[in-house]
Amino acid sequence: MAMVQPRSTKYRVLASHLGMLGFIVIILFPLLMVISISFRSGNFASGSLLPENPSLEHWYLALGIPYTGEDGTVTQPPFPVLLWLWNSIKIAVVSAVLILALSTTSAYAFARMRFAGKGFVLKSMLIFQMFPPVLSLVALYALFDKIGNHVSWLGLNTHGAVIVASLGGMALHIWTIKGYFDSIDRSLEEAAIVDGATTWQAFRYILLPLSVPILVVVFILAFIMTIMEYPMASVLLVDTDKLTLAVGAQQYLYEQNYLWGDFAAAAVLSGLPITLIFLYCQKWIVGGLTAGGVKG
Amino acid sequence: MMRIILKWGVLAALVGMALYLILALYAQQEFVFAMLFLVLTASAVFVFVNKKLYAHRYIFPAIAGMGLFVIFPLMYTVGIGFTNYSASNLLSFEQVQDNLMGRTYQSDSIRYDYGLYQTDAGYVVYLEGEHQDLVTPPLELDGSEASVPVLPASKRPTGESLAMRDIIQLRSNLGSLNLLTEDGRELSMASLRSFAAIHDQYTLHDNGSITNNQTDVTYFPDHDTGFYRSADGDSLSPGWTVNIGWDNYLKVVSDPTIRGPFFEIFVWTLSFAVATVVFTLALGLLLANLLQWDQIRGKGFYRTMLILPYAVPAFISILVFKGLFNQNFGEINLVLEGLFGMRPDWFSDPALARTMILIVNTWLGYPYMMLLCMGLLQAIPRDLYEASAMDGAGPVNNLFNVTLPLIIKPLMPLLIASFAFNFNNFVLIALLTGGAPDIIGASTPAGTTDLLVSYTYRIAFQDSGQNFGLAAAIATAIFLVVGALSLINLKLSKVKV
Repeated sequence: MAMVQPRSTKYRVLASHLGMLGFIVIILFPLLMVISISFRSGNFASGSLLPENPSLEHWYLALGIPYTGEDGTVTQPPFPVLLWLWNSIKIAVVSAVLILALSTTSAYAFARMRFAGKGFVLKSMLIFQMFPPVLSLVALYALFDKIGNHVSWLGLNTHGAVIVASLGGMALHIWTIKGYFDSIDRSLEEAAIVDGATTWQAFRYILLPLSVPILVVVFILAFIMTIMEYPMASVLLVDTDKLTLAVGAQQYLYEQNYLWGDFAAAAVLSGLPITLIFLYCQKWIVGGLTAGGVKG
Repeated sequence: MMRIILKWGVLAALVGMALYLILALYAQQEFVFAMLFLVLTASAVFVFVNKKLYAHRYIFPAIAGMGLFVIFPLMYTVGIGFTNYSASNLLSFEQVQDNLMGRTYQSDSIRYDYGLYQTDAGYVVYLEGEHQDLVTPPLELDGSEASVPVLPASKRPTGESLAMRDIIQLRSNLGSLNLLTEDGRELSMASLRSFAAIHDQYTLHDNGSITNNQTDVTYFPDHDTGFYRSADGDSLSPGWTVNIGWDNYLKVVSDPTIRGPFFEIFVWTLSFAVATVVFTLALGLLLANLLQWDQIRGKGFYRTMLILPYAVPAFISILVFKGLFNQNFGEINLVLEGLFGMRPDWFSDPALARTMILIVNTWLGYPYMMLLCMGLLQAIPRDLYEASAMDGAGPVNNLFNVTLPLIIKPLMPLLIASFAFNFNNFVLIALLTGGAPDIIGASTPAGTTDLLVSYTYRIAFQDSGQNFGLAAAIATAIFLVVGALSLINLKLSKVKV
């Protein structure tokens, strides 16, 4: 508590509260709007910000259940949202597991072993991580096209391709985990090695159990990043039933087929779990994002 | 013992699979890709067999992943930038030649009228020629028969001659027939009433030129443009991919229909990235300061509310904004009309579209800056503010004389990373405006809200042209910018390894 307080403090605190509350109202407007729209009947009805006759039609359609209107017309779900969500989760879980396994072992080597070219490799990884994959999409497309001619589960329009392609982005995670390993005292492992443990055993039975928190964070980070990945999946995946949520969701808002209400329900349905996961884990995620990689 | 056998077995199986892939790629003349996998497999074997490289075994998968999906595509893209690889020049020279030599045309002079007869053994096609009639053996006509020999005949088969209506029903199966005469000619259906001889469209000469047998025009392969061209300058499609040196780069500099849009998009990309960093930082720093202030209660609530935009997946919130800003049905225009009686045209007016993009991106980006600043502000010793308060400094003085100088140094690398990220913020543009409204007078797809990345993406993947070469050249230019930025960043952040 500061000792010196100007007299105007009371008004300034009040103004701050009002200002922040006002700001939050503006910021949350889009999110609240979408929830409200998802309960509004019809795709074009605009009128009031709060739905006048709430209807669950968009929610039925988002959940994949055909909706029967009051006049007896049956509307079929326009898109398989749940299937897209399932695709996204499947791809993200497999990617996150692979990324976690490979980046943990690499980070271990970078943190604990001495070998030629270590600094160079670590630095180049940081640099190459900044090149956006969207610029080399032509090459990636050609790469998977060629592989797919011989290994069908890795070709274009397969989830295998999207999963494998996500392995290019491990540098950030390696840095995060390495930062954490660096902060753990290495004397325990050294003692184990003196007692006859192999390097692998020291890693597997001593360091890994100590690092569970950071491994959880990296898993969640990798999971969320893969769920949100758009450019690569948009080029690699073609069939409607193969799409991920990030690629499929935009189909609701094509000008020729504008399904605003249906989109709102699908967006809330699929966005909510991811948002909650993120909010729940935000403390660790933010720590990982800011501190893990770049320590100034 | 078991473990060793298992280890070598797995290794051998993997190497076997990789070798299969390499040989298959090599057989298809995909030398670059065959080479890529050869290098990858060889280094994998080297690392996993060599005892001295024990540490490298741990990092190999990650490095290989980066090599395969980041570094190789990057180099491949730079390479494409020097070629005319595009929708019209997609194939290799050999593939183009095969394609052209496989083309045929139907003769006007050698034609047969025909009748279709249903006999006990099946359908029989009877061809009436000027000198010699021909007949097929009995056929099923179920689409499975392709090449069928025909024999000279002198009398019509016994059986029912089918009417035109039945022939029409069997049309597609008749059309797939290839009738081979004894003197080596091929006949195929030319119309519902006739079969005609098939000729090769082109004849290949020893010097590589080809002659069109129908028109007698000769075409020479032009390895500068990647097309077969006649003396008159006509070219045949498809073309093949050739190296054209710096032409793509020269095009960006010299062709006014590309230079204009490119320059406009470049300036907009820079201003967009700078404006985003400035806006998000200003907002984030302000909010972080308020949240750090000990007089404020309910910090947890404010904090959670304020980072909500960051927690919602970006691809959803961008699409939400796309709907909310919609000119006719959008809720934002609804509110604006109710309050001020105006309906801004967010998606077709360039200035408004850019404003909208900045609004949306600030909404998306300020929570990250806020979180960064909160972390950095905590590190500033409290007594510095005590001291400045003693000197009578207000909040503004504090900000510019105490806070900013202290946090700018650790913040700088993060700001540069944010700049680089937004410089290449493809998802925002692709989902929100798709680049619209279009720039008038551009020969490639180009929009006033396009960033360089989305511009590149559209040149490569959108409808007309699919000019991969040009897109790759522009991508190479962006690589240089990004590379420079990340080098500066590395220097500034003094990364220790």
